[in-house]
Amino acid sequence: MSAKDRSKEGSMKAITANRLRDGEVVFLGDGGRWVESFAEAALFPRDEADGVLAAAKEKAERERFGVDIYAFEVVEQDGVPVPATMRERIRTAGPTVRTDLGKQAWGKQAWGNQAA
Amino acid sequence: MNHIAPGARAGIYHYDEIDRQFVAERVEQFRKQVDRRLSGELTEEEFKPVRLMNGLYLQLHAYMLRIAVPYGVMSAVQLRKLAEIGRRYDRGYGHFTTRQNLQYNWIKLEDTPAILHELAEVDMHALQTSGNCVRNVTTDPFVGAAKDEVVDGRVYAEILRQWTTMHPEFTYLPRKFKIAISGAESDRAAVRIHDVGLLARRNDKGEPGFSFYVGGGLGRSPFVGKLVREWVAQEDFVAYLEAILRVYNQYGRRDNIYKARIKILVHELGLETFTREVEEEFARLRGPKYRLDPEVVEAIRQHFAPPPFEELPDHSDALERARAADPAFANWLAVNVAEHKAPGYAIATISLKPAGGIPGDATCDQMDLVADLAERHSFGELRVTHVQNLVLAHVKKDELYDLWKRLDDAGLGSANAGLIGDIIACPGLDYCALANARSIPLAQAISARFADPVRQRTIGELGIKISGCINACGHHHVGAIGILGVDKKGTEYYQITVGGDPTLTTAIGDILGPAVTETEAVDAIEAIVDVYLANRRDGAERFVDTLARVGHAPFKERIYAAD
Ligand code: HEM
Ligand code: SF4
Repeated sequence: MSAKDRSKEGSMKAITANRLRDGEVVFLGDGGRWVESFAEAALFPRDEADGVLAAAKEKAERERFGVDIYAFEVVEQDGVPVPATMRERIRTAGPTVRTDLGKQAWGKQAWGNQAA
Repeated sequence: MNHIAPGARAGIYHYDEIDRQFVAERVEQFRKQVDRRLSGELTEEEFKPVRLMNGLYLQLHAYMLRIAVPYGVMSAVQLRKLAEIGRRYDRGYGHFTTRQNLQYNWIKLEDTPAILHELAEVDMHALQTSGNCVRNVTTDPFVGAAKDEVVDGRVYAEILRQWTTMHPEFTYLPRKFKIAISGAESDRAAVRIHDVGLLARRNDKGEPGFSFYVGGGLGRSPFVGKLVREWVAQEDFVAYLEAILRVYNQYGRRDNIYKARIKILVHELGLETFTREVEEEFARLRGPKYRLDPEVVEAIRQHFAPPPFEELPDHSDALERARAADPAFANWLAVNVAEHKAPGYAIATISLKPAGGIPGDATCDQMDLVADLAERHSFGELRVTHVQNLVLAHVKKDELYDLWKRLDDAGLGSANAGLIGDIIACPGLDYCALANARSIPLAQAISARFADPVRQRTIGELGIKISGCINACGHHHVGAIGILGVDKKGTEYYQITVGGDPTLTTAIGDILGPAVTETEAVDAIEAIVDVYLANRRDGAERFVDTLARVGHAPFKERIYAAD
């Protein structure tokens, strides 16, 4: 299920990592696939997130795909799921002081430049 | 390897074959380690310390690579290489840091061995920029040029580089170890906030020696370095430092990362006990093996022989004509240009702090331009300062106007060195994985608010320093006004301190009151400045002196009055 349909169900979590080979911020998407855009991130209810995270960590290390894997909180803002913290909003978009750089420059984040 | 050595220019140490081979071997070793990580032979846990030892951190958006600029001095050739790497492997810019290094923010792990290989071609590397070793030794950015210089700090910084690189005893210290050296009357290297701060002096026979300050540092527990020995003769320079490091290695805590720096050891043992331990170790060590041979010092000094200065009159008619004709240039001269020891020459600070800009960032085009200007006007060398600016140290007074025009055209002509617009800001939450709050936007808002050069000069010397977390990379503790970013339930807040001082009269600032929001912070800074201007004596008293005289009360009243 995509970010858009799940976040309304209350407090949700998304799972993120940095891609090993280049450091790019990635999110766990549907079907255990990693995606570069938060818009395609899968959202998990709080009580499921821990289990998914453990499995994702194990798989990412085995496949040498991602490092620094963790779950973060997602809230709904104007009907759109957004990361709850400034830190995750910045990871999702790019530096607020260089809007020409990062995912925001490639249109890869769902919710406009809200970290700015 | 195909070396493009920096050339026989003044001020740059020439690596010999041993240095080059060592760096080349390290690059090849790291290449294999990266391959083994990417192929899964090494786990992240195994690889991370290796990565850090090569200056590669994982930040919010990508990897960050920290390049060492030994004692902050480099050649035009090296800067051009940094620009080239920034274009090819990063996003067209780099960040000059308070450690006088350069950081790239968008590096790929898989590119890193190639980058390090290219750096090695110009005798550069990322060694000793991370990990619990003796880090890149820093010194006065005006070294070899300043009128008030007594001893050339580069010579001893280079001795330390050679002595500490791969020193088996010092690659696994309890924690990182930072050394700064100043050999001039004014301290432009912030020596007393380093693990070891060295003041080079001369005795009445003209022989060089050192005062040792130990246990300074910022971060979670800020301390001002304490004087452990007033005079250490040149021949005992290495022995005394080795004694300090041995005592640290023996007693420094390894159980708690927050208590592992030498500042905590000095604090917990007390200055007297610590000094006694060091002196005992020193007495044991002193002997032929550790005596610094004057011939070795002389050989290294040769590398830093003065450039071929022309004999010039100190007065320059061309300069005076330009000063009279162009007020903006006159302002830059008054603020960014310092006295040189050679007649007819001057030291120019290139501000990386345009109003509203990102402190310390330079585009690759700007780097190329500065490299050209260094070649044209400063014997092909330049320096990085601990306030995130660049310096051309040997410019003919006759040529200052040409230099400034070229800089100004490229957005590098700001006249704010040492003024309120010359803000230090760490990368903060825009880049840094450890941050609690953003630093850069606040720096941008403040420098924009105080953009007017006349207003800046009226305010005078006033350093604002901003860190995005308690690690204090932005030196906020020693800012005349310091700002620390904190996180309060997901919102960025800023705690303001006043009265910090990074010079020899080092002081840690005091917290003024409760933390404020970003918008409030800019107004609060302006309020502090207004209160200072209203209270200062003779229109010239420095901010820190007014503050010491009138205390916090009038400042607090103004900022927190509405609460
Ligand atoms: C962006 C990645 C960075 C990370 C992860 C990082 C991490 C840290 C940490 C953990 C400390 C505290 C260490 C301790 O007290 O033991 C520290 C201190 C420091 N960092 Fe950074 N830093 C970063 C960037 C920078 C930058 C860009 C600068 C320069 C602008 C800088 C300059 C310093 C300085 C001067 C200190 C010294 C405080 C002291 O000596 O006690 N760092 N850094
Ligand atoms: S002070 Fe904190 S936020 Fe700023 S660069 Fe250092 S670790 Fe990062």
